[in-house]
Amino acid sequence: MSARTRIGVLALQGAFAAHAAALQRLGVRADEVRVPGDLAECDALVMPGGESTTMSQLLETSELFDPLAKRIADGMPVFGTCAGMILLSTGIADGRPDQRSFAALDIDVQRNGFGRQLDSFETEIAVQGFDRAFHAVFIRAPRISRIGSGIETLATYGGEPVLVRSKTVMAASFHPELADDDRVHQLFLNMVQG
Amino acid sequence: MRVQRGLSEMLKGGVIMDVVTPGQAKIAEDAGAIAVMALERVPADIRRDGGVARMSDPEMIEGIQAAVSIPVMAKARIGHFVEAQVLEALGVDFIDESEVLTPADEAHHIDKMKFTIPFVCGATNLGEALRRISEGAALIRSKGEAGTGNIVEAVRHLRSILGDIRKITQADSAELFAWAKLLDAPLPLVQEIAETGRLQVPLFCAGGIATPADAALAMQLGAESVFVGSGIFKSDDPAPRARAIVEATAHFRDAHIIAKVSRKLGAPMTGIAMDEINQRYAERGW
Repeated sequence: MSARTRIGVLALQGAFAAHAAALQRLGVRADEVRVPGDLAECDALVMPGGESTTMSQLLETSELFDPLAKRIADGMPVFGTCAGMILLSTGIADGRPDQRSFAALDIDVQRNGFGRQLDSFETEIAVQGFDRAFHAVFIRAPRISRIGSGIETLATYGGEPVLVRSKTVMAASFHPELADDDRVHQLFLNMVQG
Repeated sequence: MRVQRGLSEMLKGGVIMDVVTPGQAKIAEDAGAIAVMALERVPADIRRDGGVARMSDPEMIEGIQAAVSIPVMAKARIGHFVEAQVLEALGVDFIDESEVLTPADEAHHIDKMKFTIPFVCGATNLGEALRRISEGAALIRSKGEAGTGNIVEAVRHLRSILGDIRKITQADSAELFAWAKLLDAPLPLVQEIAETGRLQVPLFCAGGIATPADAALAMQLGAESVFVGSGIFKSDDPAPRARAIVEATAHFRDAHIIAKVSRKLGAPMTGIAMDEINQRYAERGW
């Protein structure tokens, strides 16, 4: 990876600081993205967890939605976790009627599909290509209810996909940024490197 | 613990709004709130009405849970662990052990380690924050002075907490023992702050935010999100003000955006100067 590669972290709301810290531990530059000018300087983007309703609204008011949609369509690598996965999905159940998503991954998701905070949990999951288990933290997590034929499943929980990817887009329903283990972020950096 | 503190991480960079009806909760969600705080009366009304302020009616909390998809928080009285048990049974997403309600115990806070649901607690200084963290709080908010629409106390508390953190990072190992004694806080937590330069859990701001600029001030001082209580639904026109505070919080360093969103909001809540109030909620808690 080039030392000059810049990974943006969408910082309108949510766990952006934890993602930036993970990326910096892996030796790459992580810049917060809040306005279109920030996005223009990035080679790839992480979309963090948080509230997807808040983020989709701020994407509109910050005039980031359309430029970001274009960058994703042009092949910029993107990694979304939790709310970030919801924003990358094609269909959203239990979202707000006016909520827009990027349809960057051919999956449908159910918001808070794993339940409210009382149902949040942590568990060990097997990730394709990892030699040992990954500690996955699920917080009011979305559930993938449909997965398109071109989408690769990298990890499952209870038989359901929780880490998926296409050629340039990866999404997790759990929170690798809370794990003290940066292997999933490294997986994304490998995609950025191509 | 990771799951509890994790939800605090998800709430960063956002606005948590006090609401008293499902209708207000919808307005808050539509405006981009990251969570709502369900309570019976906003602090300005508690201050006006007096009497004992308690946990909200479960039916009202359930009504709000049914109305929105974002996290729902609710308040329990300081030390009232049964109110907290009830809130957990209702499945709220976060419990605020709050000085805005009338304290139920004058010596003890709730043992928050016994709960699955995360807790947020108020603090006026670093020692208070660390005592709450040692009891299991997953999130700290500076107390400010609720129901006043006056940001001055929130600024005082944020500066006190963050100023002491900055000083502790400069202290040598022997001085940390004196800091622990001075703050009346557990030594291991003080040592951890010396090493990391930050509080163990996220630090949000509450108590007195009434304008988009107030929210951005708290964020620039180092808060990671803001709670807005009376400031929204005691203003002339709650929906646009709520939306503007959400935008100002996300873009807290961008004065052009704060200027843009601060226009045409109508009058903010009137507010009260500190020497006009007879009960300081921030003094509740130990």
